[in-house]
Amino acid sequence: MPEAIDPILELRGVSKEFELSGRRIEALRETYLRVSRGEFVCLIGASGCGKSTLLRIVAGFESPTRGQAFMSGAPIDAPGPERGMVFQDYGLFPWLTVRGNIGFGPTSRKRPVEDVKGTVDRFITLVGLQRFAEAYPHQLSGGMKQRVAIARVLANDAKVVLMDEPFGALDAMTREHLQDELLEIWQRTGLTVLFVTHSIEEAIFLADRIVVMSPGPGRIEGEVNVSLPRPRDVVTPEFNAIRRELSLQLHSQHGRKAA
Amino acid sequence: MNASLDAISTPALTSVPAGQIAEVRRASWLERLRDPLLAIIVPTAVLALWHLATYGRQYSLIPPPIDVARSLYDLAFGGIYDDAYSRTLHVHLLASLSRVYGGFAIAASLAVPLGLLIGRISIVRRLVDPTLQVLRPIPVTAWLPLSMIIFGLGPRSAFFLVCLGAFYPILINTIFGVRSVDPRLFEAASMLGCQGTAQFYRVVLPASLPAIFTGLRLGLGFAWVVIVVGEMTGVPTGLGAIIMEARQLSRTEIVICGMVVIGVAGFISDRLVLMLGKRLLRWSPNFA
Repeated sequence: MPEAIDPILELRGVSKEFELSGRRIEALRETYLRVSRGEFVCLIGASGCGKSTLLRIVAGFESPTRGQAFMSGAPIDAPGPERGMVFQDYGLFPWLTVRGNIGFGPTSRKRPVEDVKGTVDRFITLVGLQRFAEAYPHQLSGGMKQRVAIARVLANDAKVVLMDEPFGALDAMTREHLQDELLEIWQRTGLTVLFVTHSIEEAIFLADRIVVMSPGPGRIEGEVNVSLPRPRDVVTPEFNAIRRELSLQLHSQHGRKAA
Repeated sequence: MNASLDAISTPALTSVPAGQIAEVRRASWLERLRDPLLAIIVPTAVLALWHLATYGRQYSLIPPPIDVARSLYDLAFGGIYDDAYSRTLHVHLLASLSRVYGGFAIAASLAVPLGLLIGRISIVRRLVDPTLQVLRPIPVTAWLPLSMIIFGLGPRSAFFLVCLGAFYPILINTIFGVRSVDPRLFEAASMLGCQGTAQFYRVVLPASLPAIFTGLRLGLGFAWVVIVVGEMTGVPTGLGAIIMEARQLSRTEIVICGMVVIGVAGFISDRLVLMLGKRLLRWSPNFA
């Protein structure tokens, strides 16, 4: 049964080059990564380190120049519902209500209407938007929109949720709320999460494992395991120790770049 | 949950003194009246100027507003002059309405699908877009002689010219709508399992509806603009036809009546379309 294959995600020697006005840009060089089923992995690094490119390759939006990405042992060559993506700018369909957006995936996949309705109701409740089920995206706050975006991929049976700085555009209060909610959903559902962020604190708060990336060319620099019990307190000495370690790793790149 | 919400909101409402509520209402009433009041200032001033400039002058080539009003009444209901124009307004209005909406419908049924194809399929764009760009600046008036040769004198030419006038705004807005769909929405659709031609119906079409709708609205406006040219093709009825005929008879008051009716009819038809748009596109921040 392919579902049981571990690691659920694997990158084998993935490189990505772009052509930008005649110049070759190496966005990602020789990257190897394994993500286990149910793991919460954060990718962190300065802009241009290839963290978004890596995520987009796993999503199937980009294909690697060399190497290959695998999900449950099968090569990834196109986007698919088992890999749900949550964008920073939400990517909701403005002409559909909250209900319509959450039901978009199941409807596209020709699920019976009654099933879709049940699924949609379940996930609207999960993200606490019952009162806004018939609202259109432009009537919602940023936090609500991102809840819809999360519910939309979960309602579509995503096994892996890919998140590209999903809370980057939100205010601090909303961001903390959504981080808590995301952890709760993740713990309840056993999903695998690959989460791109540039916030050290966010990464330590959320992740089982933090992958540190560096730019020019984009590559994986190192890894930090976070074994603090959840819910995590951002002001404990243990938390700060990891924060210092990550900070050093990230800043050493800057130092070297400047030298 | 509703009951508890009511329980919270009811005391809050009743605690507001009655006088304050009335004041709030009066303010919103005034606000609602403000726009119509502002809107009639300019027409009133124009009417007054027109009246002062023409009333009581024997040899004025432009009749005073009161004469035009009388003619308009006679055109609609008869009983004043009882000449060839009396009680014929409905005939001309219906004739023009049928040409405006007929030509518009033909234009929409050609321009929307063509625009979707041009916007979506690059080979179609490269095939027909250059030709259309060259044809577009040619005014509808310039097509009049050729149209009468090809379609003959009469209503078929009128339909063709009205259709031509409405065609380009619809086409160009449809192309624009299709080409400006946020690429993010295609990514979102494909990661949710909606790919290939399904994306056309589930993403491209709904996403470009506001722009298509704007095109339809502009197209209908242009259809009214070109109706007079369209009815220069030797049709016996229509608002454009009576304007041209009355001009030759120096019945300037009838000419102005035709102008007024076209203006009002075009305005009402635009309002109806806009209302329809607000209804169908209430999801769009541009229409809601």
